[in-house]
Amino acid sequence: MTSEPAHMNPARSFQGLILTLQRYWAEQGCVILQPYDMEVGAGTFHPATTLRALGPKPWRAAYAQPSRRPKDGRYGENPNRLQHYYQFQVILKPNPPNLQELYLGSLKAIGIDTSVHDIRFVEDDWESPTLGAWGLGWECWCDGMEVSQFTYFQQVAGFECSPVAGELTYGLERLAMYLQGVESIYDLNFNGLDGDRKVTYGDVFLQAEQEYSRHNFEYADTEMLFRHFRDAEAACRQYLEAGEPKPGSNDNRHLMALPAYDQCIKASHVFNLLDARGVISVTERQSYILRVRELAKACGAAWLKTEGGGLAA
Amino acid sequence: MPDLLLELFSEEIPARMQRRAAEDLKKLVTDALVERGFLYEGAKAFATPRRLALQVAGLPVKGQDVREERKGPRVGSPDAAIQGFLKGAGLSSIEQAKIESDPKKGEFYVAVIERPGRSTPDVLAEILPGIVKTFPWPKSMRWGTASREPGSLRWVRPLHSIICTFGPETEDPEVVRFEVDGIVSGDVTKGHRFLAPGEIRVKRFDDYAPALERARVVIDADRRKDMILHDAKDLAFAQGLELVEDEGLLEEVAGLVEWPVVLMGSFDEAFLDIPPEVIRTTIRANQKCFVLRDSGTGRLANRFLLTSNLIAADGGKTIVGGNERVVRARLSDAKFFWETDQKVKLEDRLEKLKSIVFHEKLGTQYERVERIAALARELAPMVGADPELAERGARLAKADLVTEMVGEFPELQGLMGRYYATLQGEHDSVAAAVEEHYKPLGPSDRVPTDPVSVAVALADKLDTLVGFWAIDEKPTGSKDPYALRRAALGVIRLVLENNLKLSLTSLLAKPFARTANAALFADFLKAKELVEAIEQSPFAPVVEHPSVAELAAIFRQRQIVEGETLARLMHARALDLLAFFADRLKVYLRDQGARHDLIDAVFSLEGQDDLLMIVRRVEALGRFLDTEDGRNLLAGYRRAANILRIEEKKDGRSYGETPDLQIVNDQGQIEEKALAVVLDGAKREAASAVEAEDFEGAMRALSRLRQPVDAFFDKVTVNAEDPGLRANRLRLLNDIREATRTVADFSRIEG
Repeated sequence: MTSEPAHMNPARSFQGLILTLQRYWAEQGCVILQPYDMEVGAGTFHPATTLRALGPKPWRAAYAQPSRRPKDGRYGENPNRLQHYYQFQVILKPNPPNLQELYLGSLKAIGIDTSVHDIRFVEDDWESPTLGAWGLGWECWCDGMEVSQFTYFQQVAGFECSPVAGELTYGLERLAMYLQGVESIYDLNFNGLDGDRKVTYGDVFLQAEQEYSRHNFEYADTEMLFRHFRDAEAACRQYLEAGEPKPGSNDNRHLMALPAYDQCIKASHVFNLLDARGVISVTERQSYILRVRELAKACGAAWLKTEGGGLAA
Repeated sequence: MPDLLLELFSEEIPARMQRRAAEDLKKLVTDALVERGFLYEGAKAFATPRRLALQVAGLPVKGQDVREERKGPRVGSPDAAIQGFLKGAGLSSIEQAKIESDPKKGEFYVAVIERPGRSTPDVLAEILPGIVKTFPWPKSMRWGTASREPGSLRWVRPLHSIICTFGPETEDPEVVRFEVDGIVSGDVTKGHRFLAPGEIRVKRFDDYAPALERARVVIDADRRKDMILHDAKDLAFAQGLELVEDEGLLEEVAGLVEWPVVLMGSFDEAFLDIPPEVIRTTIRANQKCFVLRDSGTGRLANRFLLTSNLIAADGGKTIVGGNERVVRARLSDAKFFWETDQKVKLEDRLEKLKSIVFHEKLGTQYERVERIAALARELAPMVGADPELAERGARLAKADLVTEMVGEFPELQGLMGRYYATLQGEHDSVAAAVEEHYKPLGPSDRVPTDPVSVAVALADKLDTLVGFWAIDEKPTGSKDPYALRRAALGVIRLVLENNLKLSLTSLLAKPFARTANAALFADFLKAKELVEAIEQSPFAPVVEHPSVAELAAIFRQRQIVEGETLARLMHARALDLLAFFADRLKVYLRDQGARHDLIDAVFSLEGQDDLLMIVRRVEALGRFLDTEDGRNLLAGYRRAANILRIEEKKDGRSYGETPDLQIVNDQGQIEEKALAVVLDGAKREAASAVEAEDFEGAMRALSRLRQPVDAFFDKVTVNAEDPGLRANRLRLLNDIREATRTVADFSRIEG
């Protein structure tokens, strides 16, 4: 990356890191998407991963996804934890046989030289109870630090993945901290510039972390959230039903899998907020997770009846 | 003799699965060969993160030739029979069969079928794909384009290539060709992912292992472990330190590298204020690094050892730097937890336990602590503990579950509680009980001896057992999600190893009543209301913790049918729990080497519920039966029991009454008079010895029976003509049986 200007160097610029990864994966034939415009708990929730992982059609995509984990907020006081952070997500379906090599290539692209860094693939099986999904893979270590998740999806929304997709998730802040050699997320150089023109991660997000921690733990309106959960659940079911192929019609496609799935995402995030507010008991927790999973499964089933899901039009 | 080399090259195999997988591969291949008549001289299997390898040495080039003769029809049989014979024997014309004759059948055809032994590579090519396809990985996956099709190959992680060669040392071996889901076997592998990523062509194991070694891959996990251990000790020694050895961690890190390079890192000394177990757990669990201690003081040092998979161009500086960063962040978290946790006293944390559900039907951890505290207090006098301390220990035992530290490292539960208890000035025994009440965790874990710990440990386990029995969630088959077998074994070991004389029934009665009533009846809303009604009734003082029987009586009195049914159900579950204990004790004793028949002989006596006494009795019985007196008495017993069984069956009645001494004296022979006298004495003596728990004494008393029993059978005819005399002699035999029953049921003894 010697041709890049210094302020784009992933070792000194957070946005340089994102842009480098985007460019690298674009070269591998991925469509570079923008973040999904809804609150999600992880990059996996993006329909470009969850839904596109289902069905026979090949698919390659990469995108940065802001992820919200309301419970992880620390009012901006913990140098390693955020309630809003970035994941860089790559999905390749079917996974190419050299996916590990491609991944190592991406590390090289962001400046991790495997002749001095110890890269390891350590067993870590992935499971998302809310998405009804699981896969086998590793956490990828660089000098003892987990920098990515590497998963071969086996099942999503309760359906076998056929073919299997390979999913890579980079924890961008953590990776950037290592590359930049800083001890606090807030000290990350965001734009790679110096002096007056330098913008740090703290400049961009510290206030948000403080405000949202307050919101997530203390003020989020739980009565409203409970209502939103019920509404999203009902809406999801309603859209799924409305989109079902009409009996007797020649068209056997489902017509509203994506809008229904949005409601599933919404329910999931509302649940996370309620959980952070501490108003969901241990036993209730399970049943909420189950309710979201049922929505995810129903959306997955609908998606498989769409063109994107592989149904011949 | 030729060798087989097999390598299955894949993406990173989880460390915990590698050793077992290598063993499985060896067994599957060699079993399949032996099953087809191929014997071999030796087999060795290896595993690294990226490969399983197998060498089978000394295989034959081909299998045994088989010659078979098949009899056919008589000469001159109809053509259909001849044709059928030819077809079945694989002959093309009848000229190929020879003709034999025997006197009965005359002349008939015989086909000689000769099957040459199949070549070993052919057989290997036939066996191996199946072994790969059905390999018993604990978890396996599909991948890539092939996963479009149902039934595509599953492996632990994507499988990339297979080496399979077969041949003698002196010649170039041949590649055994086969295909598994598009992967064709060959003779090419790859070296270390970063240090020697190129392809390597190999011939046989003898050049495979050294070629990989040159390519920075040590295929033998034990050698990798030795290398790590050796380097770790050297590095430690050079700094005047000592490695804190950790076999589990060593095994794991050896499964994470193909070429181990041990490096030393350090952390700020200020972190040494944190308890050493916490530092070790943090560094071990998150970083898979070893910790070190000062060889002089034995105190933990501010150093750690990491095992990298790389000979780094910068000598490891970057790797150490990176690991130090992560260790620093982890220890900062731990230090923060350690300091924060100390700000809240353990007893003030109990409220929080109200929000932790232990089990849906058994309430919260808070309720559980209440029960355990009450039970520990009740048990205290029985185990020689101070009731106040036992109750206090129990009350604080679970408080660390809601500390930050245990939230982060659940495996530190108990230990952290002890640290915090000590820091807040609790009595030593209370602090110890907080840690030790989980013990023993398995058959080899230490059993606590401090009476306070014993009381709390027993209370914890009994509450668990009683609770899950009350809600009918007992272990079935291999399923034991709540580790109830372990809990029962824990109770058994706590009692036996501390020489505690306790009746199980009385031990279980109160907690059972308490839990059963709360848990079971809460299950049935109606019944819960009933219990409440009873609690407010004039009976309330009686039913503070009513026994199941009392409760049943109350229900009956008030004619509440549901309640009575439930109480009866509880009674059945209580009996079942006792039977479970008996079962676990048997398993325990068998593991200790006791004869199962002797255990049965003791268990089949009525009312055996004192664990210590059961064990002592089994031991005494074993010793007695090893003596000549013991063996002879057993023989005498059997003779008596046999005769009785036959005669009782014949007569259709039993001879259970006491022998009539009048008849013995008036009509009996001298031997039966002697037997009657000795029987009477021995029975009483044995009974009173048992009463005094002197089982040796009881056996001694019984041993006096041996001589008169032998003499009786020698001289006296049991089936006398006089029916009265005969009946009385049978009663005498019955008395022998009765006498032995004072110590055990001799009918259960084998051998």
